[in-house]
Amino acid sequence: MPTDAATKTPAASPPQGQARPLGRGPAPAADRALLVQVEALAKTYPGAAEPVFDAVNFGIAEGEFVCIIGHSGCGKTTILNVLAGLEQASDGHVFMDRREVVAPGLERGVVFQGHALMPWLTVRQNIAFAVRSKWPGWRAAQVGAQVEKFVGLVGLAAAIDQKPQALSGGMKQRVGIARAFAIEPRMLLLDEPFGALDALTRGTIQDELLKICAATRQTVFMITHDVDEAILLADRILLMSNGPRARVAEVVVNTMARSRQRATLHHDPQFYRLRNHLVDFLVARSQALSHGRAPSHPPEVRPGLAPEPEPAGAPISPPHVLPLQRKA
Amino acid sequence: MINTRSLGFKATLLSLLLLALLLGVWHLATLGSTPVAAPAPALTPEQTEYAKLMGKDPAALAGAAAAPAKSGFPTLAQMGAVIVRHLSQPFYDNGPNDKGVGLQLAHSLGRVALGYGLAALLAIPLGFVIGMSPLAYRALDPFIQVLKPISPLAWMPLALYTIKDSAISGIFVIFICSLWPMLINTAFGVAGVRREWLNVALTLEVGPLRRAWEVILPAAAPTILTGMRISMGIAWLVIVAAEMLVGGTGIGTFVWNEWNNLSLPNVIFAIGVIGVVGMLLDRVFAQLQKAVTYAD
Repeated sequence: MPTDAATKTPAASPPQGQARPLGRGPAPAADRALLVQVEALAKTYPGAAEPVFDAVNFGIAEGEFVCIIGHSGCGKTTILNVLAGLEQASDGHVFMDRREVVAPGLERGVVFQGHALMPWLTVRQNIAFAVRSKWPGWRAAQVGAQVEKFVGLVGLAAAIDQKPQALSGGMKQRVGIARAFAIEPRMLLLDEPFGALDALTRGTIQDELLKICAATRQTVFMITHDVDEAILLADRILLMSNGPRARVAEVVVNTMARSRQRATLHHDPQFYRLRNHLVDFLVARSQALSHGRAPSHPPEVRPGLAPEPEPAGAPISPPHVLPLQRKA
Repeated sequence: MINTRSLGFKATLLSLLLLALLLGVWHLATLGSTPVAAPAPALTPEQTEYAKLMGKDPAALAGAAAAPAKSGFPTLAQMGAVIVRHLSQPFYDNGPNDKGVGLQLAHSLGRVALGYGLAALLAIPLGFVIGMSPLAYRALDPFIQVLKPISPLAWMPLALYTIKDSAISGIFVIFICSLWPMLINTAFGVAGVRREWLNVALTLEVGPLRRAWEVILPAAAPTILTGMRISMGIAWLVIVAAEMLVGGTGIGTFVWNEWNNLSLPNVIFAIGVIGVVGMLLDRVFAQLQKAVTYAD
């Protein structure tokens, strides 16, 4: 195991939450300082003839919210684990602040698919565990204040001294999110955090996540299966083709204003242009782009804004639930 | 709630009935052995003389002869008297062969505590290593598989020869029999800690010591405690047998001595005490187990 010194946040790193232009669609990634750069990433599992994914290239800018969408088995979770440092890629590199990511580190907070709370600790102790890991020198009062701040942020102040067993699925996932935020990481990695939640709970927590991210200017990389969720949360959406030899085939820039809200989202015609584009990709195109037929350097597209030749009078399809496979 | 309470009430009632039934059978079975207060056969003058020469009180001797056969199975009344006598002065010490049952128990418990404690000190850290390292697991597995099924008492001759001290040999036997369940359960518990909790610790850059102490230990604690409970049960079974072999002190020695004295009431009393103490030890570990168990 290489030393984790390489992945420690350098002292000279820019302060967190740097100002970025708000109120308009995000600028092209190339214009901004990239926090994370993924280059030619590939993963071949032992015994497999072909890599799950190869030639995966993308970048994440400071303060940006990036979602990745793709069918099951295209290696999304593997990519996230490589970003987290929990898994090693077979080929390619991940850089964060121009330092290669080789091991897990405190500057990257992870929200796991199953909340991964420790059931023998209360909510307070679970989050304090993370806070004490980040700031070992802190006094109990400081740790307590930090814990209470982030528990309050996800609206769980009343349940702070409960064990996870006493909480609902949505509350547990909120604690997981609070734990990841509480160490104030430079980047947050979310592995399909709402996959196990019902639609109503999911909506509430999405709103909370949106609020917290707006307040903290958090850089986020998130896996999701839910197209609507991606449009609501993400500044850019990475579309992955199917495996084997999956790639990031296309980067969709969210052309809706960043002030979008769940309640009004579906009244905006732009929402359907985006949504149709994403659904079309997943239903029709992603399969054809498997086996490395997708470009290794994905084009950036802006559905609805760039002059996209749409058939005249194309009916706007009504919102419907996309029958996507759940992750195994 | 009402249902469980009435169930508990019924169960208690049934237990009491069973106890009464057992005691009743005991009473009926020993009824015939009580001599019908046969008039004490008067001692002949020679016997009196002999008794005096032996330094015994002839009157007491006559009484003893009149009493029902001392070696026979006791009646309930006799048993009760024995229990009262033992419980009224459990800690008397009249030399090496006549100690109160409390003292004997203390000796046994002390041996168990020492042997068991030493076993825990070795088994839990070693179990951690085996649980965390597949290499250590594979390397040590053949030894564990062969050594585990050996009866702890089979070690006794070897222990007596090498240690040359019967008391320490007893402790060694307890040590060796407590070792395996704790070792195996600790290794199993540590190896089974959920990957996601370890990943949380990894992403938080938690050091190995803190990870072992704050993540792996609490996660594996219920399994480890189960092993400790099994070990304690075995240790308490083995101490009686070991003390019967090595002699000296302890509840096992007490049972063996009373058997040689043909004093069945004392033997029965000791059996009861062994059972009650074993149950109490098990209760203690059940409570500890409950304290570290987490619902997921």
